[in-house]
Amino acid sequence: MATSAPPIDAVHAGHGHELSFIRKYIFSTDHKIIGVQFLLLSLVGLFLGGMMAMAIRWQLGFPEGSMPLGGIFPETMVSGGVMLPEFYNSLVTMHGTFMVFFAVMPLLVGVFGNYLIPLKIGAEDMAFPRINMWSFWVAVIGTVIMMAGFWVEGGHSQAGWTQYAPLSADPQWTGVATGQQLWLLSIAVLGLSSILGATNYITTVVNLRAPGMTWFRLPLSIWSLFITAILVVLAIPILSGAAIMLFFDQTIGTSFFNATAGGQPILWQHLFWYFGHPEVYILILPAMGMVSEVIANGSRKPIFGYHSMVYAIIAIAFLGWIVWGHHMFQSGMNPTLGMTFMISTMFIAVPSAIKVFNWMGTMWRGNLTLHVPMLNAIAFVAMFVIGGLSGVYMASTPVDIYIHDTYFIVAHIHYVLFGGSLFALFAAITFWYPKMFGRMMSEAWGRVHFALTFVFFNLTFWPMHYLGLQGHMRRIYDPSQYEFLQHLSGTNRFVTISAFLLMVSQVIFAANFILSWFYGKKASENPWNDNGLEWSTPSPPPHGNWPDVPTVYRGPYEFSSPEVEEDFLPQHQKLPGDLEPEAAGRGS
Amino acid sequence: MNWLLPPGNSTFAGDIDFIYYVILVITGIAFVIVEFGLLWFVIRYRRRPGRKAYYTHGSMKAEVIWTAIPAVTVVVIGVMSGGVWNQVKGRNAAPADAMVFGLTAKQFEWNATYTGADGRLGTADDFVVRNQLHVPVDQPVLIKLATEDVIHSFFVPNLRVKQDALPGKTIDVWFEATEPGEFEIACAELCGLGHYRMRAFVTVHTADDFARWMAEQTAAAAAGE
Amino acid sequence: MAHANAAYMDPPAHREIGAGVYNEKLGMWVFLGSEVLFFTALIGSYIILRFGTPEAFAEPGGILNIPVTAVNTFLLICSSVTMVKAFAAVHDGDQKGLKLYLVATVLIGATFVSVQVFEYVQLIHEGFVPSGYVAGSHFAELAAAGELPANVNIYGSSFYTMTGFHGFHVTMGVICMVYVTIKAFQGKYTATDHRGVEVIGLYWHFVDLVWIILFTIVYLV
Ligand SMILES: [Cu+2]
Ligand SMILES: [Cu+2]
Repeated sequence: MATSAPPIDAVHAGHGHELSFIRKYIFSTDHKIIGVQFLLLSLVGLFLGGMMAMAIRWQLGFPEGSMPLGGIFPETMVSGGVMLPEFYNSLVTMHGTFMVFFAVMPLLVGVFGNYLIPLKIGAEDMAFPRINMWSFWVAVIGTVIMMAGFWVEGGHSQAGWTQYAPLSADPQWTGVATGQQLWLLSIAVLGLSSILGATNYITTVVNLRAPGMTWFRLPLSIWSLFITAILVVLAIPILSGAAIMLFFDQTIGTSFFNATAGGQPILWQHLFWYFGHPEVYILILPAMGMVSEVIANGSRKPIFGYHSMVYAIIAIAFLGWIVWGHHMFQSGMNPTLGMTFMISTMFIAVPSAIKVFNWMGTMWRGNLTLHVPMLNAIAFVAMFVIGGLSGVYMASTPVDIYIHDTYFIVAHIHYVLFGGSLFALFAAITFWYPKMFGRMMSEAWGRVHFALTFVFFNLTFWPMHYLGLQGHMRRIYDPSQYEFLQHLSGTNRFVTISAFLLMVSQVIFAANFILSWFYGKKASENPWNDNGLEWSTPSPPPHGNWPDVPTVYRGPYEFSSPEVEEDFLPQHQKLPGDLEPEAAGRGS
Repeated sequence: MNWLLPPGNSTFAGDIDFIYYVILVITGIAFVIVEFGLLWFVIRYRRRPGRKAYYTHGSMKAEVIWTAIPAVTVVVIGVMSGGVWNQVKGRNAAPADAMVFGLTAKQFEWNATYTGADGRLGTADDFVVRNQLHVPVDQPVLIKLATEDVIHSFFVPNLRVKQDALPGKTIDVWFEATEPGEFEIACAELCGLGHYRMRAFVTVHTADDFARWMAEQTAAAAAGE
Repeated sequence: MAHANAAYMDPPAHREIGAGVYNEKLGMWVFLGSEVLFFTALIGSYIILRFGTPEAFAEPGGILNIPVTAVNTFLLICSSVTMVKAFAAVHDGDQKGLKLYLVATVLIGATFVSVQVFEYVQLIHEGFVPSGYVAGSHFAELAAAGELPANVNIYGSSFYTMTGFHGFHVTMGVICMVYVTIKAFQGKYTATDHRGVEVIGLYWHFVDLVWIILFTIVYLV
């Protein structure tokens, strides 16, 4: 090891010795353990966010009915079996908060950023393993602070996950003081965790790539995680700054967002969405990257248009900074500005379309192995397209006048975040599970879970487009208040029942996940016949990943290459004609 | 044409709906191509033993085609949308002869202010009616939208009108109703506990009806003072 | 393990060519990029609010004490100079110089923070707080007499938030600098490997630069 001058003294100080249980599994500096820790934490977040959605759906489907299990909540939340509007608003707020900040974002960035980056670029670990450990534990602190909000007096924040001021700026408007402050504090703490993590990712990808792993041999998952990390570093501090200002408005009497004292409520929206739109791409780019890996593997074909895939990721990330105003077309901002934001937003459709067509191009004339990860990855493409296309309606400013703040938006975001990111996560978790835990997940139950999720997902969210087109506002506690929404109660009930079935289907995934950990078939080093470096080391990989850093001879997608008999050709496999990276003209 | 959308009863509702249907057709075509393409590939290229996939890294021609087509399409949609946007929300979009009303939101109600006989807001003969906005048909209406507390959003589905009310600002909203009737006003922006029941009405009268209603209200307001 | 060699100041060996700098330095650059955006959020909000309500901001020197802060600004700039000197010293293998200049930097940094605390105490005493004037205070009387803006809520909000967060950054910097100084006294930095000194130096210069911007836009204009 000494010869390769490892970048990390902290980790390797303990190399070769038996680490204590605590150092090995709790306060571990190993990127793989930290990835798994993030996985377990964020699956809990995902579950909680899902349960909140169930409560929300119950209220919308059966506004008069007494809530099942309503009795377990205190009178201040559910009274006489009926959910109170205050609690409903808290649930809406926290469902969004949990799904964005405590489920999808840590699942994509925290889990797979940590797990895949060193393994796929050929590094023993992250550049800063100890900071990596801190990034996880700071996230735990953020989670605890956020959870605490449910138990404080006045309940949790009721201002929506977007926290529009002045509703969120002064306790007099919602009656929530402490819960609101905890929300803001938690987000600031979580922001620190994200920034620490992303700093690590960027440094690692730039400085620790194995010899031969040139930029254009990087797997697309790493490209997308790298670009995502840049977005995190530049977007999250904006949210932290805004959250702190709002926190001061709440606590020490500043008036940044308080119009009566000269502040500007709309400033909050600008800051929030200046962070918020890049955040949308933080929540989808890693998904796109990992889906690319799985689709190439499942199609047994090189990624179609690798370079345009990379440029599309960069273009999406770049355009993501100049479109935030599309969330504010109806906010009263300058109409000419609205026009500019419409045009820039429309253009995001272009790189998104490039990606979709390249995935299809990859499958075209392939030899499609429809394993569970591949099924979920294809579902990702199919569902992301719907979410992308429904985005065009909102991008069009006049149509947005009508559908803004309706269920059409709810449908859109769920097609992108659930149909998109979450299907990608099902693909990613099932694909890398054998590497993480050394065992295979059940293929048969994986198929059942996929089929049920796909069906009930669409039965839940497709009708929401219709609800939105009929004018159904989002975030309302009781649609039966309005004459023009009366005829939608049947649709609402249908959506609710589908949502319950969707949630129940996830039990299969949970059971498969947990039981396979103990009883799954032992996984070989490379169960999917893939090309990535992570498949060149045992499952699960040892501390330090490889005895020696591997050398890379080619790109990551050489499936069905005519040069070899098999239909895959790993990046580290040296063929007779391959030159060593130094000989091939590498500088150092 | 009223497919999927509720009836539109304002002058620009038809234009907004038209853009909606144009996008529906365009995205519908893209939807069919992609979804059925995926399905076709899954069936046509499913794994067969002994066969190897076609080894290719892509095609420049294909990339150019599927970059150019979406780019041109979104520019077309953008240009079409721009015109309607300016007509509805552009600066000074409201016709000069519009009749002026005030509408002030607060948790959780809408207070409509009427100008009284002088036709101007902010004078002594103004009067306020809670949750009732009465306007004449076929007459452009300019609403001075404000809020006393948090952000609300003035939403009349049947008129295709939606505009946030911002604390500390008065925002102009205009529309011209094309049919008499009573339409619901909803609040579209989460504004607190009673957001879900922040309901009011726009009543669109014929010209004669409106004059009569106005006379009654003005008299009542004068008597009340 | 041959860790303490010159290789550390270069990119890790046996790797693809990266940024051409060692990890800690690259990491600090990335982190500072994030800090730039954080201060952009605060400063950008200040600019927008100030343009929105110019009447809520006092004339330069009306409320804030420019001379004291000018001296403080000069001190912080001096600390950047001593920081550069410390780096130059260790680079030339001058251990004594390293220790001397690090201690000087710590002391000047701590002085800066102390003066800022003193400034806050003074302002609060005279009636300028994050929510504006304190009723019945000296400043409130001046405002009533028309010598100060009638309402300075936004001014107080942005002044305390921006300078407070800057002060917090300086404080963090001083704490890290104390850590580096202790390690310097233990002889942990050599002419070939002095990453800690260089990395804390980057942070220190950044914080200094932010202050010069803040001093200009909050105190002088
Ligand atoms: Cu956006
Ligand atoms: Cu409202």
